[in-house]
Amino acid sequence: MIEIANVSKIFTGRGAPFTALDDVSVTIRENEFFTLLGPSGCGKTTLLRVIAGFIDPTHGAVKLEGQDLVKLPPYRRPVNTVFQSYALFPHMTVAQNIAFGLEMLDKPSAEIKATVDQMLELVRMTPMADRKTSEISGGQQQRVALARALAPRPKVLLLDEPLSALDFKLRKDMQLELKRLQSETGITFVFVTHDQEEALTMSDRIAVMNAGDIRQIGGPRDIYDHPAERFVADFIGDTNFLEVELLATEGETARIRLPSGVETEVRAPRDGVAPGPVTLAVRPEHASLSGGDGAALPGTLANVVYFGTDTHFHVDLDGGARFVLRQQNQPGTAQGWSVGDAVTVTLAPGVGQVLRD
Amino acid sequence: MSDAAATRTARSRWLLLAPALAVLIFAASGPLLIVLVYSFLTPGDYGGILWEFSTDAWFNVVFEQDFFTEEVTLADAHLSIFWRSIKLSLLTAFLTFVFGFPTAYFIATRPKDKRDIWMLLIIIPFWTNLLIRTFAIMELIRAEGAINSVLLALGIIDEPIQMLFTEFAILLGMAYVYLPLMVLPIYASLERFDFTLVEAGYDLYASRWRVLRKVIFPLAKPGVIAGSILVFVPSLGAYVTPRVLGGGKQLMLGNLIELQFGAGRNWPLGAALSLTLLAIVMVALILYVRAAGNEEVRHG
Repeated sequence: MIEIANVSKIFTGRGAPFTALDDVSVTIRENEFFTLLGPSGCGKTTLLRVIAGFIDPTHGAVKLEGQDLVKLPPYRRPVNTVFQSYALFPHMTVAQNIAFGLEMLDKPSAEIKATVDQMLELVRMTPMADRKTSEISGGQQQRVALARALAPRPKVLLLDEPLSALDFKLRKDMQLELKRLQSETGITFVFVTHDQEEALTMSDRIAVMNAGDIRQIGGPRDIYDHPAERFVADFIGDTNFLEVELLATEGETARIRLPSGVETEVRAPRDGVAPGPVTLAVRPEHASLSGGDGAALPGTLANVVYFGTDTHFHVDLDGGARFVLRQQNQPGTAQGWSVGDAVTVTLAPGVGQVLRD
Repeated sequence: MSDAAATRTARSRWLLLAPALAVLIFAASGPLLIVLVYSFLTPGDYGGILWEFSTDAWFNVVFEQDFFTEEVTLADAHLSIFWRSIKLSLLTAFLTFVFGFPTAYFIATRPKDKRDIWMLLIIIPFWTNLLIRTFAIMELIRAEGAINSVLLALGIIDEPIQMLFTEFAILLGMAYVYLPLMVLPIYASLERFDFTLVEAGYDLYASRWRVLRKVIFPLAKPGVIAGSILVFVPSLGAYVTPRVLGGGKQLMLGNLIELQFGAGRNWPLGAALSLTLLAIVMVALILYVRAAGNEEVRHG
């Protein structure tokens, strides 16, 4: 378990001081695949490097199983990092790279050899053991970097955008591979990425970061279906923002009035929001043009964009707002609408999240 | 391709090679050949050479014959100069490494825009005349010089330490003069160094010292090898520094050779000594590169 308590990092140098981390607190559970997600410059890598020990926090504590890590140099922390550039030692073979951490821990050579073989097996690199790291492909380097970081059996594995240098297909494979490694080794993974899809596919929990602060923590589904604020809703997936009026909240349910005048019930923000004008976030696939139960928003179809797996309908709502909805394509069926048609957007019952800001 | 075109291509290839060939023939091989020929001739009475074949010069490199008894003994004077030259050159290479490596590392780890200024500071002395730099060292270490004055004033010593005209003085002078030759190649290899590797080393439980030994040093090694060769070779033949700072008491090979062409009036011996110097350099380089290469194989 890692407890990050009130960690701040202010970089001072030439020019104005820069707050990279602003009083961040989060607890990462044991055996968890935990993802720090955010745009570049949000502080996610800084937080990772604070845990690794490459950056000293200006304030705050980082505790691993109750032990304060901040006082320890990186080489005394039972955490290992998979670097974005892999940082494999170019003067060593694949096997020597994997053995490095164990050698530095002065493990007996028989144990080192056994672990290295096991790690090579784990990342399916056994035939490449004696290659130089410059002689293997990017995907293979990635797997060696993983094996090297896993070999000393760290309590926590830190991964700094490790898949960003791989091409699309390889990245998909590695996402599954990482998930497999995490469950096979039972090691806590802290994964940094700016790719929301990566975060949603692999993580047990995600912390969405912006401007040096964690904006929301939750499971992938929770984050996607119930974004707490506009930034999170906007950063993860596509979202429609509707200006609505909040009438009342009761527990998790909020009663609102849509611009069309229809009243409906949606999810309320966790920290209470006073009645009045608020923003409602609705995912494009949570609405339909086919009617059915739910609140209706009349409008005019402005654009139809075909995407293969699904089609996006751009609707100009009466009252001026633009609503984009997405419907999965069915084989052989044509879309029943064309541009200029008067249509009705129907929100599925219970969907939509009132944002806290 | 037609025959004419082929001829043209061949001719232009020779034209392109011409400058390199000219340098090799007239500047390198030619003079060397003259030196080789001279080493097998007889010295003239007032310098120069007589065109009579003789192997005396080569004999005299290592041995000497008593004028009266004709007893042959090892030329101790020459051998001690060889030994001093090799010893001081090795020490110079070592000393420049000890000071040059941290210097190069320091510069390579500065922000990009600052590195050039640091490099400039290292190179500036190189733009100054060698004699001037050597006299500056002399000014520092002579009996009434800066170092002794300060030590005397502080009461650390009672009388000036004799530093000038010692092997120490020569070593100091050569290390100072050749330091940039060590810093530059090490810097060149460190400049391209990916410092994420240092973080990776720390991350994998290597202490500072072990990161230096296991990660930084192996990757800077080509620079260190180049630097030691660049320092060792000119040190072995150094002339000005041992002349000024050794005061003619502590001769090195360069001074011995100069002596033969000057006051000694024994050009063939000078030529033979020059070729001996060349041979020492070549043997040393072969041994060194082989040893460094072997280590590469063992660890690489």
